[in-house]
Amino acid sequence: MAAEEVKLLKTWSSRFGLRVVWALKLKGIQYDAIDEDLSNKSALLLQYNPVYKKVPVLVHNGKPISESLVILEYIDETWKQNPILPEDPLEKARERFWAKFNDEKLLPSIWGAFTKEGKEREEAIAAAVENLKFVEEELKGKKFFGGEKIGLADLAFGWLAYLICVFDEVTGFKIVDERYPLLLAWMQEFSQLPIAKDNCPPHDKLVIKYQALYEKLHPAK
Amino acid sequence: MEKSDLKVKVLGTWSSPFVMRARIALNMKSVNYEFLQERLWEGKSERLLKSNPVHKKVPVLIHGDKLICESLIIVEYIDEVWPSAPSILHSDPNERAIARFWAAYLDDKWFPSMRSIGFARGEDEKKAAIAEFEKGLVLLEKAFGNCRKGKPFFGGDQIGYLDIAFGCFLGWLRVTETTSGIKLLSEAKTPALINWAHRFCSDAAVKDVMPDTEKLAEFAKMIASKRRGEAPPKS
Repeated sequence: MAAEEVKLLKTWSSRFGLRVVWALKLKGIQYDAIDEDLSNKSALLLQYNPVYKKVPVLVHNGKPISESLVILEYIDETWKQNPILPEDPLEKARERFWAKFNDEKLLPSIWGAFTKEGKEREEAIAAAVENLKFVEEELKGKKFFGGEKIGLADLAFGWLAYLICVFDEVTGFKIVDERYPLLLAWMQEFSQLPIAKDNCPPHDKLVIKYQALYEKLHPAK
Repeated sequence: MEKSDLKVKVLGTWSSPFVMRARIALNMKSVNYEFLQERLWEGKSERLLKSNPVHKKVPVLIHGDKLICESLIIVEYIDEVWPSAPSILHSDPNERAIARFWAAYLDDKWFPSMRSIGFARGEDEKKAAIAEFEKGLVLLEKAFGNCRKGKPFFGGDQIGYLDIAFGCFLGWLRVTETTSGIKLLSEAKTPALINWAHRFCSDAAVKDVMPDTEKLAEFAKMIASKRRGEAPPKS
């Protein structure tokens, strides 16, 4: 059998790329990481993801797959050890639902709270509060979104575990506060997992990056 | 009781392309279901708010006492609970990934760009919206060429996940053609998709749930005037 060739195009800080790293590490899959400079996209990236020209892109034996949740499902279907999705169709649907909720609702609302100003920021915060309530509710009686072990939804929400504290530090505003004890506990549990501990971008480097972005978006008056 | 014997209901509307996805999938599997129609233009019912408290949207698949939301998630659920032929998703992970990629593209980019045509104010905005939308159609024409491998559908010999994800929008596409006065699917730019669209709409699992274009256009007019009447003035 020919040797497997797995490449991952990402950036050092991409939260969508990182969830793919976690999945690959969880399954013990060897891969080549290619860190892109998004201000100067490589020919390889443009060739592998012509529709969006974005990271992450997984390339398996020369075949590219884009969109992080699509990549995660592909990884789970191709490499069966340490499954990310359960067997039961209803449980699978639930994992997919919450992964999608993160990407379409929670993350954009928190990102909006970080990037916007004035009324738009107020609206983003209100949406984030509403979204966080749902997430908190979902964690009732569970250690992880996936139950005893992490699953697709945990990987999707995983960015909270290392990036929220960066946003807190940069903005001086705590969005995931004591109203969400289960979520705070989950963030702790997730960040202690070997895949997370060993594979998160350095905190200080993230603070510098997001501090610079924040100052650019909210110039001091 | 066997999972597949539990009572099945779909909460939805006849006009929603997303609801259509769930119904087509059930039809493909020959699963009998009760269609519970919501009258969304009159407000969201208690039943809907209870069934989908997070998004408060249709479709919701009710399977016994289980509630499944989000149309593409419902389609995959149906394929997994009723695994008998025909399969909705391909068995090969790479084929599945390609189908899921394009389905996400349709929901995230393409359908919103179609809606932008309807919401465009003035000729310039309309022209820009149509140009953007047509770019997407060209991508989809190419994707169809790659996916079909000479067969009639994205899914091969029979309709599959991506056919369902895309084909459900054909009713609204035709309405947009009527109201904008522009042929969006054309022999010149999308010859393969035009033929695919005919085949899709004629499929046994599709034809009874694809809304009549005229009825849909009337409905669109009603919604638009309601929206204009109810929208508060911009301050």
